[in-house]
Amino acid sequence: MKTVLKSALLATAFGVAAATAASAGELTVVSWGGAYTKSQVEAYQKPWMAKTGNTIRSEDYNGGIAEIKAQVEAGNVTWDIVDVELSDAVRACDEGLVIPIDPAILEPAPDGTPAVDDFIPGTLSECGVATIVWSTIYAYDADKIDGDTPATIEDFFDLEKFPGKRGMRKTPKANLEFALLADGVPAGDVYEILASPEGVERAFKKLDTIKDSVVWWEAGAQPPQLLADGEVVMTTAYNGRIFNAAAGENKPFEIVWDGQIWDIDLWVILEGAPNKEEALDFLKFSTSTQALADQATWISYGPARKSSAPLVGMYQDGKTDMGPQMPTAPENMKNAVQNNFEFWADHQDELNERFNAWLAG
Amino acid sequence: MATISDHIAAGTADDGVGQPLTAADGTPLKKKLAQANRRARLRATLLVAPLLLFVLITFVVPIGQMLVQSFYEPTFSQVLPRTTAALQSWDGRDLPDESVYAAFAEDLKDARANRTIGQVATRVNYAHAGSRSAFTSTARKAERFEAPFKEALIAADEDWGDRELWSAMKWASQGYTSEFYLAAVDRTRDVDGNIVMVEEYRQIYVKILLRTLYLAGLITGLCLLLGYPVAYLLASLPTRTSNLLMILVLLPFWTSLLVRTTAWIALLQSQGVVNDILVALRFIDDDSRLQMIYNQTGTIIAMTHILLPFAILPLFSVMKTIPPSYMRAARSLGATPWTAFWRVYVPQTVPGIAAGVLLVFILAVGYYITPALVGGQDGQLISNFIALHMQKTLNWSMAAALGGILLATILVLYWLFNKMVGIDRLKLG
Repeated sequence: MKTVLKSALLATAFGVAAATAASAGELTVVSWGGAYTKSQVEAYQKPWMAKTGNTIRSEDYNGGIAEIKAQVEAGNVTWDIVDVELSDAVRACDEGLVIPIDPAILEPAPDGTPAVDDFIPGTLSECGVATIVWSTIYAYDADKIDGDTPATIEDFFDLEKFPGKRGMRKTPKANLEFALLADGVPAGDVYEILASPEGVERAFKKLDTIKDSVVWWEAGAQPPQLLADGEVVMTTAYNGRIFNAAAGENKPFEIVWDGQIWDIDLWVILEGAPNKEEALDFLKFSTSTQALADQATWISYGPARKSSAPLVGMYQDGKTDMGPQMPTAPENMKNAVQNNFEFWADHQDELNERFNAWLAG
Repeated sequence: MATISDHIAAGTADDGVGQPLTAADGTPLKKKLAQANRRARLRATLLVAPLLLFVLITFVVPIGQMLVQSFYEPTFSQVLPRTTAALQSWDGRDLPDESVYAAFAEDLKDARANRTIGQVATRVNYAHAGSRSAFTSTARKAERFEAPFKEALIAADEDWGDRELWSAMKWASQGYTSEFYLAAVDRTRDVDGNIVMVEEYRQIYVKILLRTLYLAGLITGLCLLLGYPVAYLLASLPTRTSNLLMILVLLPFWTSLLVRTTAWIALLQSQGVVNDILVALRFIDDDSRLQMIYNQTGTIIAMTHILLPFAILPLFSVMKTIPPSYMRAARSLGATPWTAFWRVYVPQTVPGIAAGVLLVFILAVGYYITPALVGGQDGQLISNFIALHMQKTLNWSMAAALGGILLATILVLYWLFNKMVGIDRLKLG
């Protein structure tokens, strides 16, 4: 009875998600949409479908584990494999929402190095296998700013030097880190300071200085749109989205790498996924050295395998070298912070609450 | 019906006639009547049954389940049963003793094996922020713990030497909890169990609830103000013209809510139609475009427009039934136009006003999608925070508690409304 009641509640709350039941044999792959999903379709999905003859249904979402939790707890799982952030992969794993994946099943590198040694340290977790290294940066429209151009994270918070609206993701994650960096905290100390009440206070104080000028975005496809529409003069964004708008659509967007916050995205497979075997096969296929290198020619996210890096060449236009566009390029890493998943797993409830109180205030 | 059969039974006894009345087939009339009554009742029940079941399954059960979740959260005791039992005897004054730590270490092993530790960690983290990783990282080492467990656990993570965390765990171990309702009114329990306000920067829900009521009231007022003259016009024009105008009221009503909301975004945004016109007419400067959307103003404008038909339609249907001769009579008896309107016409429209106000207000209080799209930061309503807890933070008990408070508020307002206007005077159309 308990589960019946629970599923009744869940079905009401997530009616739409539950209503779209997948047909068996059709793998449901869920990712973040837009240019990013396109890169995965081109590099992973099409070759995999050609190789295995299976079909894939591609769905979009905006991150978080709410839908995953709803499906698994209601016993009505329609998604098979989902692209998630590290902190969400760890949390879903701890709550038993996704299945553990043994790294031994992954393809070795072309030279025979086992996958465990080939993946960049920290990109394999108990339940997830990383595909990319991505980064939250800020970008501006070069046509809209005359004279001095923004170059540091301080400039993003400097309304006098660069007046105009700012775009920011509607979440405390990354924004609090940016605020501390702009307030003069060295990249290495950000999380240590943020773990104390004074540090949080300091970060919100810094955000207060631009609060009235901020336009909040939620989906990754929004920031390039906000820039293109002239709604903001600069915005935080996922680096790949800005790159694709700039290189693919010739928008005059420039990325500022100073203070970038990088993170990884991983595949996780849902507990009770209807097509678990196919999902595992797809996961193995898409995390092979070649597939990861191929994806990096569609969007500027760094491959999670060391052996993929030398294989990455030009962007689809045939003239943009992808190397310097990657978050992991040495010149981009000078003042970079790695997103601390453990900090966010611990403090996201509290900080989300505070962030929302701050927003509504 | 029972009284009739009683009467018949009594009647036969009083008459003193030995034979009871019988139907044509010889069965006693009393029995026959009871049979007929039973059949009628059964038929009525069967006719109502589908609706009853529908309401029960889609309405009463989910809402009941939601309300239960707001005060009953048994995750902790399910995942950590030994710890729950051991914690019952802890008085909370000092750190728990070795037996609690031993039970906890044993539970952690199971929770690690079943991959349920994350659920408990999340649960306790609601009450004691920052403790999540203490659970998950300690569980990873659970296999290696040896007595004395107290020292071993504190060595593994110093949080296990924190009395506040154990106090939060004791509260969480009791399945029935007021924690979520307290949090929904910006209150919490301190380490000694007293109810106190949360830190100022986390106080949010009371403010949002008051704002929701204020905005819903304002929107209701605007709908009434705008809808009353429109309904009057519709009711007093010749049928042909009024039917045509009625379509103008109903057309937006038939259009998708999302389309209407998006249309407002196109109109009101800073690069939108309204601002462009104002700039072109030189009412405002290009640099000082008005911010009319993604804030409270946007919520008020879009919601007033969307809810307007709910005020116009009941008003119209009531006004339609008021004969124009009443107003003429009032005028001929010497009333000024205003007096005739205010003393004769308006009182007759009260049932329509009441219905419109009730409909618009209750819809507005629980509105979600429009404020989510055009509300920006300060135009968010309580339902947006319920959605936040359902979808983002996954704290469903918190969402349920907020929903419970919203439900209670509406019931109280409905009761007040009934006292003041009288629900039997409502006229929906």
